[in-house]
Formats: sequence, C-alpha cells, structure tokens
Amino acid sequence: MKLLALFLLFCSSTFAQVPFERIVNADREPGNWLSYSRDLQGRRFSPLTEINTQNVSGLRVKWAFQFREPHTEVSPIVIDGILFVTGPNSAAAIDGRSGRLLWTWTRPLPADFHSIGFGHTNRGPAVLDDRLFVATLDGYLVALDLKSGIERWSSKVLNYKTGYSMTMAPLAIDGKVVIGVSGGEAGIRGFIDAYDAKTGQRVWRFWTIPGPGEPGHDTWSGEAWKTGGGATWVTGSYDPELKLIYWGVGNPGPDWNGDVRRGDNLYTCSLLALDADSGKLRWYFQFSPHDTHDWDATHVPILFDAPIHGTNRKLVAVANRNAFYYVLDRATGEFLLGKPYAKQTWATGLDAKGRPIAAPNAEPTKEGNLIWPNLNGATVWFSPSYDPQTGLVYVATREIGARYFKRDTPYKPGAFFPGGGEDELPADDASGAIKALQAESGELRWEFKLHSPPWAGVLSTAGGLVFSGSEEGNFYALDTNTGKPLWDFQTGGAIGANPISFTIDRHQFIAIAADRVLYVFGL
Amino acid sequence: MKTMCALQLLMVFFFGRASVSSAQQAVPASAPAARQRGLAGKLLFERHCALCHGMDGRGGRGPSLRRRKLVRAADDQALKSLIENGIPPEMPEAWFLSKGEIASVAAYVRTLGNAPEETLPGDPARGKAIYARSGCSACHILGGEGSGFGPDLTEVGGRRASARLRETLENPAKTLPENFLLIEATTDSGQTTRGIRLNEDTFSIQVKDQQGNIYSFRKSDLRNLKKLRGESPMPAYASVFSSAELDDLVNFLAAQRGKP
Repeated sequence: MKLLALFLLFCSSTFAQVPFERIVNADREPGNWLSYSRDLQGRRFSPLTEINTQNVSGLRVKWAFQFREPHTEVSPIVIDGILFVTGPNSAAAIDGRSGRLLWTWTRPLPADFHSIGFGHTNRGPAVLDDRLFVATLDGYLVALDLKSGIERWSSKVLNYKTGYSMTMAPLAIDGKVVIGVSGGEAGIRGFIDAYDAKTGQRVWRFWTIPGPGEPGHDTWSGEAWKTGGGATWVTGSYDPELKLIYWGVGNPGPDWNGDVRRGDNLYTCSLLALDADSGKLRWYFQFSPHDTHDWDATHVPILFDAPIHGTNRKLVAVANRNAFYYVLDRATGEFLLGKPYAKQTWATGLDAKGRPIAAPNAEPTKEGNLIWPNLNGATVWFSPSYDPQTGLVYVATREIGARYFKRDTPYKPGAFFPGGGEDELPADDASGAIKALQAESGELRWEFKLHSPPWAGVLSTAGGLVFSGSEEGNFYALDTNTGKPLWDFQTGGAIGANPISFTIDRHQFIAIAADRVLYVFGL
Repeated sequence: MKTMCALQLLMVFFFGRASVSSAQQAVPASAPAARQRGLAGKLLFERHCALCHGMDGRGGRGPSLRRRKLVRAADDQALKSLIENGIPPEMPEAWFLSKGEIASVAAYVRTLGNAPEETLPGDPARGKAIYARSGCSACHILGGEGSGFGPDLTEVGGRRASARLRETLENPAKTLPENFLLIEATTDSGQTTRGIRLNEDTFSIQVKDQQGNIYSFRKSDLRNLKKLRGESPMPAYASVFSSAELDDLVNFLAAQRGKP
C-alpha cells in the first residue's frame, strides 16, 4: 500500500515535470515528443513502430484541432498524453485523447507590430521542468506553467520596432532556454540568447556580427556591421557530452546588394558551435561567404556519429539553403565534405576547405541574373530527418530558380532592407522532392518527386516510414528504404509545418498542421 | 494616440494628393512631404508593379490602371489591401512593403487614374457581333452565356490591357493565362483525355475537356501524362479576322469589366 502510494506520488509528480534528464534521454520514452526535433540531436526521428510499412495504408484521422490563425507552422511538444501547441503570440494545451482544449494563453500583439520578411507565425514551444517556453512576435520569451498556462515570467529579448521578432521554438537545455531572432530583412544585428529557465534572467548573449575589436569584425566594410542581419531564427541542436550548442545564422543585409558590406560578413550564413555555459564561440563554419542571395544557414543541424575514412567521428550535417549538403566534425568544425543535393548554378564547386568557388554571372544585377536555387533556397527552415536505422538523411528539397535583381536600399529602422529582389520562375518550371542522402557521404539513395517546391518538414520513424506534406495539402508516407509512396491524405490546406509522432494510451499517432488545422492520425 | 497621428498623416497625404490638380495650396505645410511620398510610390510602382502594369500604368499582362474606377479596388482601403495581398494566382502579394510604402504605391496608382483613358479604335457593337458569329461562346463564358472550357471573359477588360487582348486573339499560345495548361492523360486501360488542367498535386490531377466534362485521375493510374506546355486549344485569329475586325473585337472585350 505504501509502495502504491509512493508510485502514485511519483506518477503525479512526473506528469508535469520534465527535468533535463528526460529530455536528454528522449529515446527512453519514445511515446513523448519533448523538444522541437524530439531529441536534442536534431533528428526528428521517432523510434515508434506500431505504424509501419505493412499497415500505414490504414491510417486515418483521429481528431483535428482548429487554430484561429491561418498557415500554422507549429511542431507540438507532447508530454504524457497532452499536446502543447503555439500560434503567433499564443499557446494551448490539448488533450491527446479527445483533441479538446485544456488551457490557452495569449499575449496581445501591439497594434504597431509589423513583420518584415515573414508571416505572423510560431513554430512551437519548448519544455523544461514544469514550464512551457514560448517566444513571441513582439520579442518576449515567456515561461508558462505547464498545468495551467499561467505566466510564470516573461523576459524582453528584443525591440520589435527596429525589425526584430521571434517565430521559432526555443531550445531548452540543462537549466537554460536558448532563443534566436528573426529580422534578417530589416537590417538587424542578430544574436543568440540563453535565459535562466527558473528566473528568466539572461545568462549570455552571442552577437552573430562581431563588434569593433572582436575577431571577424574586419569581414565587414564601414558601418555595415551595425545593420548586417545575421538572424538566428531556426532552433538549433545540442550535444550534451561536448556541451556545445549548434546554431545556424541567417543572411547578411541588405540581402541582394553586397556592395555596401564588402568582405565575408562573418558570421552570417554560418553554423556556430557555442559553449552552452558561457555562450562563447568554439568554432564556426561559413557556408556562403558574402552571400547575396538571401541563403540563410538557418537549418536544424543534424548530429550523428559515423565512420569517415575508417575512423568513427562525431559529425554534424546540414542540407543548406545554398543547395549543398555539408558534413563537418562537430567537435572541431573541420570541413569533411560538401556536395550539391539540388540544382544550383551559383558555384562551380567547393574548395578543400569547403569555401564555394563562384560561378560566373551568379550575382544579382540591375537587369537580373537567372540563378538556381531561388531565394528560398533548395531547402528552408523546415526540418530534415535523420534515420539511424538506414543512416539516411531525408531532405524536403526545392527545385526552383529565380532572376535576382540588385537595387539600392537606404537603411531605415523598422523597414524592409532588401537591396534588390527576385522574380521566381513560373510554377510549372519548379518542382520539389524528398531526397534520401547517405548521411556521411551525401550520396543520393532515392528521391520522391513532388508537384511543387515543398514548405513542410520531414519525420522518419522506426516503422520504416518517412512522413511529409505538400503545398497542395497532401500529407503522405514513403518507404524509408525506397521512397515508394505508401499512403497519402488530402488535408485541404497547404502544409508548411513539421510532422511529429507520439503515443496516446500506448498507441502511435502522427500529427501535422495543415493551414489552420492540426490533424492527428492513427490506425 | 499613435494611431490617431498615423491616421491624420494618411488623410493629409491622400487629400493632399487628390488636391494636387485643383488646390495644391490647401495643405502647404505637408505638400513637399506628400510630393516626396508620391515620388516614392512611383519608384516602388516601377520596381514592383510595372512588369505587368507597364511603366506608365497602361497595362500589359496586367490591366491598365489609367482609370478613375478600378474594378477590384472600389476605394483606397480596398486598393491598399489588394496591393498587400495580391490576387492569387494572377498578381503576387507585396508582403515586403511596409504599410507606408503600400500607401505610397496606392496613392500613386490613384494619380494614374487622373490621366486620360485610352481611346480604342473599332466599334464595340460590331465586335459583339463578331464574337457571337465566330463561335467564341463554345469555349468561353461571357456575362453568363457560353460554355466553360476556356477562361471566363466576363471581366477580361478589367484583367488585361487592350494591347494584350489583341495579342491573345492574334496568337493565343504566346499569351497563355497564369497556370493555364493543356493536358493529355492516358489511363492504364488506354483511354486518352485531352483538356485543361483544373488542379494538380503530387498524387492527382483534375482535367476539364472541351465539352466541359470533368475528370479526376490518380497519377499512379495513368500510363502517360503529357503536359502540352505553350499550347492553346484556341485558334490564332491573326489570319482569320481583318485588322479592323480585330479592333472591333478588342474594343468589345476591353469593355467587359463585370457587373458595375
């Protein structure tokens, strides 16, 4: 009896308690989805097997949840049967059995808020201990009580009036919540912040554009560093052993006119490895030095180990917006390989250190230059997936070119700061694909063609399935080994979100947001 | 209070612009600012809108904007909303413009309406007769009459500049509408359907044939799916009609601007 009471006490206290131990050991509880990519390694892989290649054709909608706002991009957190979702300046807890609301939270958006270069959206919450963390468009990081949705604290991260904003899911690590900013089209100076999860006090800030006297500052001409962009708007990954945070940095500003910011423009279009305790830079790798195409390197970095030339290495892989797939040593940042995974015409290749060799006529001009990929890149913010069973990385890939233009843009605080623009090729000249790349080599194993360039992320599962969505509303499952389509469902709305998987009452479910609806599928 | 200020500014701006021709002195303090914003609007228009509406707003792929009344933008608010949100799939949205920039473009578009409208050659009544006797309504709906294989022409004068209408009549394959695609789909059982694509995704395609019948195919059930890009089922009328007849027909079609 005493034991039972203790057991019950344990159950009730763990219900809303998600210590870092649980997050870091995500594989011990495959029925939950405790961080943006489920694990801290950015894999978006579910070890669940109930839904598999044999029975996926019987997948059907169990329930749906309607958001107030359209174009939902949320990747929910799931804890012991409860889904936690976010919208622009809002959050909610949903009962996983019934799809019914348990609580909601909103923060009014100031009337003068104006998003520059992105929609009013939010890509998900983070969880740590008894708190849910949400980033708001108007620049607050908010900690909510998991059980009630009541605000515990909120910290001002930024001033939205100069074009900063936040749309991303925070990354919760041991005792800290890490967050990045949007605003790369508004002449911001980007940064990554870490906050104390208990108090909301800022622990450190890393500026993505070095100030005077700091290493890398000389990669900017004149005063350009002050308005140089370098947003950090996609959730990073974390290696708990190396205690390194891996985080992508966005484009330099103005986007398409590099004349006013001569130099490599560090650390824009780079992957950073930051010390989790201090926020100090351990290493960086710049994919697109002096970018003039808006190719943010803001992707979820995939952490995995694999043999390279016979030696097992700690690796990080990025399928970049610039159409190259990269593998780096994640302890040192050493460039190991890079190769195109989609059509690109801007570089003739990479040199031995991974620096691109520019192709002729690949710069935006007054008259316009036709270049692949377009400004949205060969892939964008939505997540890739790494499947440890196949050793493949699945990337939702965009095959589209555009004519890039260069213009003059004077900087004005809180205004669009583009320095040009693009004309996309017509819809029938564009397409998409899910591509399966061998993680350590980038070799293409299979591809599944899509009617149009996608805006949805990828989930892979131990059931041998890859799930993703299309702009035309198809949510579908492919065979992880062959790319063969096994099931599809028309959701009725464009899919621009990341899928997840979890269990309710021990049964596996798959969830995806399509336009304003969150669909939950089961057998 | 801030909203008030912004509103007042906008009012000064709009009334300032509207009064340029008749009473420029009415708002002397804000006139230079208004002129500057007008210039900003012109520059933004030339950069983002002129590709379809022409550098001078006379139209092209998009309609002429040198009209006092715009079919899809009854008032300034509607015009600003239209610029911001676009008209999918024909006109892209201007998400990248700030509210102030959108207001500048809208104000500039309104000044285009003060320019004299173009006078077209030809006679609309004769054009109507040519339209009726040439079988156009076998493929187009106009004012509720006809069948629906080709694009609806009820508002075509509001969507296309007259020069573009003439170009289309002379050689339709050169000026295909946005997202227009002729399809030839052959099923596994060997049945072939030729028609216009209504919709398409990764797994399915929906097609309408010349009789208006609608077909839906799973792509996995098709042996062959031919996309006849750059082809139009409409004949080229350059050698069918005389130049005067084309003038009449263009004049008639340019007047088709939907219900008032």
